[in-house]
Amino acid sequence: MNTGKKIKVLISVVGLDGHFTGAEIVSSFLMDVGMEVVYLGIYQTPEMIVNAAIEESVDVIGISSHASNYEQIGLILDLMKKNDLTDIPLICGGTIPKRDAEALLKRGVSKIFPPQSSSESIVDYIISCVKR
Amino acid sequence: MVNSVIKRIVGGDVRAAAKLIRDIEDGVTGTRETLKALHRHTGKAYVIGITGAPGVGKSTLVDQMIYGLRVRGKTVGVLAVDPTSPFSGGAILGDRIRMQRHSLDEGVFVRSLATRGQFGGLTQSTRSAIDVMDAMGKDYIIVETVGVGQDEVDIAKSSDITVIVVVPGMGDHIQAIKAGIFEVGDIFVINKADRPDAGKTFNDLKTMFDIAKKRSKRQDWEPPILMAEAANNKGIAELLNEVEKYRKNRKMLSHEAVIRHEQSAIHNELLDMIKNRLIEDVLNHITNSPDFKTYLDCIMDGTKDPYSVCDELLSAKLSLIDDEYTEELKSMNARGAQE
Repeated sequence: MNTGKKIKVLISVVGLDGHFTGAEIVSSFLMDVGMEVVYLGIYQTPEMIVNAAIEESVDVIGISSHASNYEQIGLILDLMKKNDLTDIPLICGGTIPKRDAEALLKRGVSKIFPPQSSSESIVDYIISCVKR
Repeated sequence: MVNSVIKRIVGGDVRAAAKLIRDIEDGVTGTRETLKALHRHTGKAYVIGITGAPGVGKSTLVDQMIYGLRVRGKTVGVLAVDPTSPFSGGAILGDRIRMQRHSLDEGVFVRSLATRGQFGGLTQSTRSAIDVMDAMGKDYIIVETVGVGQDEVDIAKSSDITVIVVVPGMGDHIQAIKAGIFEVGDIFVINKADRPDAGKTFNDLKTMFDIAKKRSKRQDWEPPILMAEAANNKGIAELLNEVEKYRKNRKMLSHEAVIRHEQSAIHNELLDMIKNRLIEDVLNHITNSPDFKTYLDCIMDGTKDPYSVCDELLSAKLSLIDDEYTEELKSMNARGAQE
């Protein structure tokens, strides 16, 4: 009835990673549970992603990563800190080896969803982030 | 609190503006107070509405227009409206993809909006979002909508100029009449004009105009039909020139005509605002009342019919909201019945 508050998520692929299928699948199931997804597609720089997050006033940023470009994800975190966006959780999904995943979590990524994560687990996590 | 937000927005602060637009969309309490205070900082921006069927290249066209306007030294705000899924209430807002090259340009603010509302709230929230970008000092605000419904037509109507985008080979001109957006177009763009049939589409549109012109009250402006290839940045300068020409043409109108135009715009805007507010308040009031569930059950088990329930709920709840208002409504109805 009332438009009410909706969860708004930014989904993007960063750097020279061109694997968009995962990001699009995640975007569509997030839409299917009633979320609004700002989808940026591929070849985005950390600056473009952070600026879009500001302009769109999103609740969560989700990065799909399949090309070992973890440094780029780190740069997103740095920019988020610089822009005082630390209240927005950054979540990642894709083929990220355990060692790199641990490093990213230490650096400030809130959660990493490895391949074969269920869509429910991703949806539930996002909802829990926003409720907090 | 409100003051500091206003100050930040008028100063061009993107975060404050983005947050306010989010609150407008979410219907956060107190937003209206901010909008009230913001209103006196608005009225300077020129609002361009871009509408057309999905896939005609609106976002790409907007991207090139942003570029063209930036080259001319203008600042730009973009509101890209994408449809909300009627099944889930969610949305994928993908218009930014085509405009991301401007993402780091401080003179450009791109914002996606989902259609959301079930009762025409879109027009209201888009207007408010336009106000926010206007107050930020953007020279131009481009509003991109999928031209398929009353809401979109209404948004087009609330712009200073409306550009309708079509592509060759998408149905004949009868489709354009059916869509009902034909009448609101100030400029027509045939995008992807490198495709075969572009000439035929041009002729179709031209014929339409010739027919429409005979019954149109609009003598002061003949909507131009432009050819463009947005993806190759062709035809964009011509489009921007026509926008300027139209803008100048409006300024040349007689003082009376300008006043009349403004009055009708304000009239429409105010009526929309009242309508949305009424529906929102009344619906909230009714659906949040404890009786509502009981009424639903009654319809479910067949003891009451939905028509009677509607009458009962409305008469009971409206009087609860404000007796004076009910009286007003009654007299309005009585007057309506007389007419």
